Amino acid sequence: MLVNEAWLKEFVDYSIPTHQLTDKLTMAGLEVDSVTTAAADFTGVLVGEVLSVEPHPNADKLRLCKVSIGDVEPLDIVCGASNVRTGLRVPVATIGAVLPSNFKIKPSKLRGESSNGMLCSEQELGLAEAADGLMELPNDAPVGADIRDYLQLDDMIIEVDLTPNRADCLSIEGVAREIACFSEQPFHAKQTSQIEVTIDEKQTVYVEAAEDCPRYLGRVIKGLDRTASTPIWMQEKLRRCGQRSLGPLVDVTNYVLLELGQPLHAFDLNQIKGDVKVRRAKNNESLILLNEQAIELDETVLVIADQDKALALAGIMGGEASAVHDDTTDIFLECAFFTPTAIAGKSRQFGLHTDSSHRFERGVDPDLCYRALDRAIELLTDIAGGQVGPLTDVTSVKSLPTNNPVKFRFERIQRVLGISLDENTVESCFKNLGMQVEKSSSAWFVTAPSYRFDIAIEADLIEEIARLYGYDNLPQNSLNVSGSLAKVEEKVQPLDRIKDLLVDLGYQEAVTYSFVEQKALDLLTPNDEVYRLQNPISSDMSVMRTTLWAGLLKAMDANIKRNEETIRFFESGLTFTVKDGQLEQQQMLSLLATGQAYPEQWGETAREIDFYDVKNDIEAILSLNGVLSDYEFKPAKHDALHPGQTAELVNKEGEQVGFIGLLHPALEGEFDIKKPVYLVELKQSLIQIKDIPEYQGISKYPSVRRDLALILDEKSHVNEIVDYISKQYSLVNEVIVFDIYQGKGVESGRKSVALGLILQDKSKTLVEQDVEQLIEDLLNKLDNLFNARLRE
Amino acid sequence: MAFPLFVWIKYKNSNVENSLENIVKQAEKELSEANSLAVVEEIRVACLGKKGVFTRQMKTLGQLSPEERPKAGAIINEAKQSFQTLLEARKKELENELLAKRLTEEAIDVTLPGRGQLIGGVHPVTRTMRRIEQIFNRIGFDVATGPEIEDDFHNFEALNIPSHHPARAMHDTFYFDEHTLLRTHTSPVQIRVMENQSPPLKVIAPGRVYRCDSDITHTPMFHQVEGFVVDKQINFADLKGVISEFLKAFFEKDVKVRFRPSYFPFTEPSAEVDIECVMCEGKGCRVCGHTGWLEVLGCGMIHPEVFRHINIDSDEFTGFAFGMGVERLTMLLYKINDLRLFFENDLKFLKQFN
Repeated sequence: MLVNEAWLKEFVDYSIPTHQLTDKLTMAGLEVDSVTTAAADFTGVLVGEVLSVEPHPNADKLRLCKVSIGDVEPLDIVCGASNVRTGLRVPVATIGAVLPSNFKIKPSKLRGESSNGMLCSEQELGLAEAADGLMELPNDAPVGADIRDYLQLDDMIIEVDLTPNRADCLSIEGVAREIACFSEQPFHAKQTSQIEVTIDEKQTVYVEAAEDCPRYLGRVIKGLDRTASTPIWMQEKLRRCGQRSLGPLVDVTNYVLLELGQPLHAFDLNQIKGDVKVRRAKNNESLILLNEQAIELDETVLVIADQDKALALAGIMGGEASAVHDDTTDIFLECAFFTPTAIAGKSRQFGLHTDSSHRFERGVDPDLCYRALDRAIELLTDIAGGQVGPLTDVTSVKSLPTNNPVKFRFERIQRVLGISLDENTVESCFKNLGMQVEKSSSAWFVTAPSYRFDIAIEADLIEEIARLYGYDNLPQNSLNVSGSLAKVEEKVQPLDRIKDLLVDLGYQEAVTYSFVEQKALDLLTPNDEVYRLQNPISSDMSVMRTTLWAGLLKAMDANIKRNEETIRFFESGLTFTVKDGQLEQQQMLSLLATGQAYPEQWGETAREIDFYDVKNDIEAILSLNGVLSDYEFKPAKHDALHPGQTAELVNKEGEQVGFIGLLHPALEGEFDIKKPVYLVELKQSLIQIKDIPEYQGISKYPSVRRDLALILDEKSHVNEIVDYISKQYSLVNEVIVFDIYQGKGVESGRKSVALGLILQDKSKTLVEQDVEQLIEDLLNKLDNLFNARLRE
Repeated sequence: MAFPLFVWIKYKNSNVENSLENIVKQAEKELSEANSLAVVEEIRVACLGKKGVFTRQMKTLGQLSPEERPKAGAIINEAKQSFQTLLEARKKELENELLAKRLTEEAIDVTLPGRGQLIGGVHPVTRTMRRIEQIFNRIGFDVATGPEIEDDFHNFEALNIPSHHPARAMHDTFYFDEHTLLRTHTSPVQIRVMENQSPPLKVIAPGRVYRCDSDITHTPMFHQVEGFVVDKQINFADLKGVISEFLKAFFEKDVKVRFRPSYFPFTEPSAEVDIECVMCEGKGCRVCGHTGWLEVLGCGMIHPEVFRHINIDSDEFTGFAFGMGVERLTMLLYKINDLRLFFENDLKFLKQFN
């Protein structure tokens, strides 16, 4: 909200400079966002009066003017504006004046005629973005006065960012009241004079929804001068609060809203048929608003209606049919109190956010209506005359909000703020805020003024004390709380450790959006039900990811487009799936790898990342947790992965830990991918389970190695043999797969697998005979079980 | 010195028997001409080996009279020693030559780059979250997490934000249905922890949060770290202490910290915390909007209404809570000027934080 100092000073005499004022506002909880000057810098511009206008001998569009600037000889000024005329009072930039953007006024000749100054528009003075003629000053503007003084342009505009609880500050008067509080200067509320009733005409109003509208005031005003214009001082004040002048009727209601915080609405009296009703809308009722938007209403919406139809969306926006226009002379001026609950949510429902709805949904002082209506009528009749009818006042006292006394325990100040204050300080703080204090032996009872409807409980009062005392003045402690030593679960592998491992293996952590494009999930996990956002930010972010691959593939694609070739990403985050109608949010760790196995370097042959590189990275993670053989990679199928290059990872409990595989070639085109991409997705909770080691005795006897080259069917899974050997032969400590060969010397359909067996006994040195026996037995078994024979 | 002639013996495979003196001379000459250790070894064996000339000459001492023997033996030993010295010297010389040769041959270009895998890195958001966690862990905070798809109760109601509360408008919520939404802050973790654990509590809750807003300074997803402390003797002074100490620790600098009144439905009193702008040191710049201050987090004393929702007696317990934007802190710490970079996952950006 914009406030300006000149206006504030009508309510409170403070003397501190602007930068101190803004600091204090911020520190009082009214955060100042910016401070700007009311007008750009310029000098030497005076109020002038055009004495005569003559045609220019050499130019059709220029005129020769004589302009008085007071007691000196009138100036000859050449002017091209179409609205220049005799008797007009205008801003005159005199010789030596400097206008905004350092534009200096010098004597000049325009098409042969001398010009000693310039008549100015609002635009040339930096008061408006654009102008279509000279700025017209009122006829009583003092000729010769400096325009800056006359228009009080040496003023500062302060933008305040108000929190939703401080609706009492949504006006110049409200902010001034707050300044009075902390600067301890007297506050002068806007006083209004008694309204003189000159006609009998009164609009009958029935409030059918008293809970939504506990107070509804209005007056009829007839015979307004349709030629009247908004005085320049009002235009200027509106401008400094960010409002354009739109004619006296609208300007006055805007002015009172800005000055006092009370929204008003003017109806064209001749468009109201019969009685006014404040009621809930009927289902299927519709209304065309001032902004020409047509809305469908229902019974949750409060409207102002006449006997036939809805006229206005109560507290939010008027209707087009009953709106005032330039030629309106008779109006019904509404000034009501609508409860926040009646308005809240409605403006959003219709996509409208107005100054009026903004205030009503946060709360307006219900007692303000009388003063605000008087103020508006006073201003309006001053500007446009007219006769005023008697007051219509429909108030439902029982529906009006009241501020009840709040119980306040003095000792809670120490308890919550950690500071001890004396009673007088606290009491005067409350009084300063306009609160009434009653003391009993056990507690105080504090009643907030009607404009402070945010004060409802003790904590609200403590906050007010803290605010006025100053947050900066409150003490500061080092935290001292009871507690016990942290529990460190050794069984849980910290996620950070796994992330660090992946980092060391060359992976870069990505963070991708949790919502993705539906199409990507249709391709990657076609059988998973998705969780869909009602109000996505865009269609490519409309469903919750069922796999992190969707985001990683997108991130990969973006990087490939930036000429990255080798990409290793991991991401840790939730996936969202629906199982048996229930939402599951599961923490996953996913990997993506594509490109070269190693960075391009001398001395090594370049090769692309393959399945086994990525598998090794998973094995590294699993090794962190204990024994690799506790896990099994089983050939598997996954919709997103190549059926011949996919493994399912299973732990010793038989739980599915996740998948590793090559992106299905059928999907390469869909994701615009030209190179193999390996994908991994693991359930994080299952890879964070760590074995706690238990010491096993170390054999003192030497180990022996035997290498075997076996010929097996090319489709057979080597791991099954390795597994078999490890499980069946306790003497075999380790089995190393050190070569796989197909080609010359091996018949087609078969492959040669070279295994290195490390044998060791815990109780003796193995002799040749033991080893021979074991190998012979092993070879027999392998032949029977796996059709594996020793290579000749 | 002349060698006494004892017995003519053969040297190497020569057919000619010769005197020791001549043989030694011959060997010495060969030694000086030897160009490999193998030749030296050959000479050594011929002279000092079991069947070498010195050994054989020694054996001839028996033919001398007892009076002559010691003298002749001494002469042979002396000759042998001087030969040995010569041999060792030559051997050393050849070894040195060989080493020098090897060293020259084995010299490499040490300026060539090393080989192997490059390392990656964690995301800058992770980097900052770890930093925040580390600092709070040290004073005994536990880490808690919660679901990202939340219900209305935990995200709003229990935090004293009833429906139609104007504060809901500040939240731009993503909805799935009337009661299910993407959490707009990490504060619901506060509720979830307090539902399951009793005070004293010292917890931080990092995580992703979502707001339906996307422009230069807003992304629809970002990260927050929520923190809270509940105990019997917690007051605003403790809050000020923890937050000030945290910010100084985080920026490793004695930054000026300012608490100013603000409003959050779930805390009262509430405060917004500013630090003196780390870019311009308070002089005023574009980053701080020429105010000299940067807003870094929100905090306050936990609202009695929040305690009421989870059945904690607010007369017995008090607490404070705070929440901070991880991207914001990261941007300040590493001078990142565009929020959107965080989720583009451009390797050229990410690698700068490895």
